[in-house]
Amino acid sequence: MFWEVFVALSEGFLVSCELFVLTLLFALPLGLVVAFGSMSKFKPLRAVVRTFVWIIRGTPLMLQVIVIFYGPGLFFGWRALERLIAVLIAFVINYACYFSEIYRGGIESISKGQYEAGQVLGMTKAQIFFRVILLQVVKRIVPPMSNEIITLVKDTSLARIISVVEVLFVAETYLLKGIIWPLFFTAVFYLAFVGVLTVLFHFIEKKLNYFRV
Amino acid sequence: MAFLEVKNYRKKFGDNEVLKGVSFSLEKGEVLAVIGSSGGGKTTLLRCLNFLETPDEGTLVLGGETLFDASEKAERAESAIRQKRLHFGLVFQQFNLFPQYTVFKNITLAGMLLAKAEYRQKKRDFAAVLAAAPKEERKKLKAQQKEILAEIRANQKRHIEEKAESLLARVGLSEKRGAYPFELSGGQQQRVAIARALALNPDILCFDEPTSALDPELTGEVLKVIRGLKSSESTMIVVTHEMAFARSVADKVIFIADGEIAEEGTPEEVFASPKNEKTRAFLQRSLAAGGEE
Ligand SMILES: Nc1ncnc2c1ncn2[C@@H]1O[C@H](COP(=O)(O)OP(=O)(O)OP(=O)(O)O)[C@@H](O)[C@H]1O
Ligand SMILES: [Mg+2]
Repeated sequence: MFWEVFVALSEGFLVSCELFVLTLLFALPLGLVVAFGSMSKFKPLRAVVRTFVWIIRGTPLMLQVIVIFYGPGLFFGWRALERLIAVLIAFVINYACYFSEIYRGGIESISKGQYEAGQVLGMTKAQIFFRVILLQVVKRIVPPMSNEIITLVKDTSLARIISVVEVLFVAETYLLKGIIWPLFFTAVFYLAFVGVLTVLFHFIEKKLNYFRV
Repeated sequence: MAFLEVKNYRKKFGDNEVLKGVSFSLEKGEVLAVIGSSGGGKTTLLRCLNFLETPDEGTLVLGGETLFDASEKAERAESAIRQKRLHFGLVFQQFNLFPQYTVFKNITLAGMLLAKAEYRQKKRDFAAVLAAAPKEERKKLKAQQKEILAEIRANQKRHIEEKAESLLARVGLSEKRGAYPFELSGGQQQRVAIARALALNPDILCFDEPTSALDPELTGEVLKVIRGLKSSESTMIVVTHEMAFARSVADKVIFIADGEIAEEGTPEEVFASPKNEKTRAFLQRSLAAGGEE
């Protein structure tokens, strides 16, 4: 019995992991694009991006998942997206917005003097960003990013509201059959995964300890 | 015509006119000290020279070449400005070393990037030559080119590293080449910043209050390094509050007040017998404040 449930939960958790990895894969770079948009010198673009970020950060992720899944059908009569794809889109947009604010904070915290030192040394804008600014930003944002990424691990459980079969969804099917313990057992999966992430972030922080900003 | 000719530099920030027509000239190898009270526009002047700010009016001619002319809006492309910047170096009050790089890498980084761009260009040129060559010769030519390119690359690297080594020795920090900026004192950091600026062989090296962010006991070592540069070819513009230093090291002094040059001349003229009322008041104040050493 235990083994059978464990395998079923594991399969569910694999879906959670898939969602986690894919969300990061797309949201990390997209967040940078959004961050640049929200810092743009071109005011209309900045206003649009900041408003968008406000809307995304100002509404529940669960609602966004529902809108992306049911919205196209309700409003345009389109066929609904595949469930996992819909969740993924909602997650990527949501997390890109959160990440963008962290990036923005990190980038804006770097002193103007760093850019200017690069400029007077004849560096291009790209060289200044990639050779001088980026690593300093990374060092600064590792703690807030790790927080956000750990939240994402648990947010994957929201996918069940449109019946994506992730680990909590699996546990709930047992609950309906009157078996309660699998629900609590899911915590083990989350804890183990977050444990690994914590170690990983600690490692990155340590790696970047060789300099100070 | 002098080596550097700055004519009628004007700069406004909104309604605040910070430079109200500044003109001066400088000969090769000369040291110009810029003094003046806070907010007078000294930093803004240096930033304009280094193309960090764009003057609203004025011209700048260096070695006969017009590097800036406010009436010509054409040459403002990023890459063109970058080229022009290389004529000037700037040492900041706050050092602005790159924290994630060692002392050595701080000094070599910009040079390596420039060398890389040069190398890439060469490679493209070679590729064009190769494409134009008759088919049967290509193989041989390609091998030759590869050899030449490798040599260019090695030479570039060696050249930049040797230069960095010698600069480190010059600022007395050879044993700190592997240290990170946070491991250095302010005075040491500023000496590295000077070496970094010199690594690109600027025609004119500018200093913006290079010792103002330092503890008093550390200013000496930095001033000594700057003084040491004077003996060589370098042309320098030094904004400073260290009057004794300005007096002893400068060939020429300008006193800036409210965006204008209120007084200029040799150190003797400006310090010993200032003509302008403002200059006199300023010198008296800095004397009273212990600005003299
Ligand atoms: N980027 C800017 N935007 C708006 N105003 C500026 C800017 N930079 C400088 N100013 C103004 O220009 C004036 C001159 O400043 P500047 O820094 O050139 O003076 P300074 O002579 O270097 O003074 P200090 O001795 O304090 O360094 C000041 O009133 C300052 O507020
Ligand atoms: Mg200043």
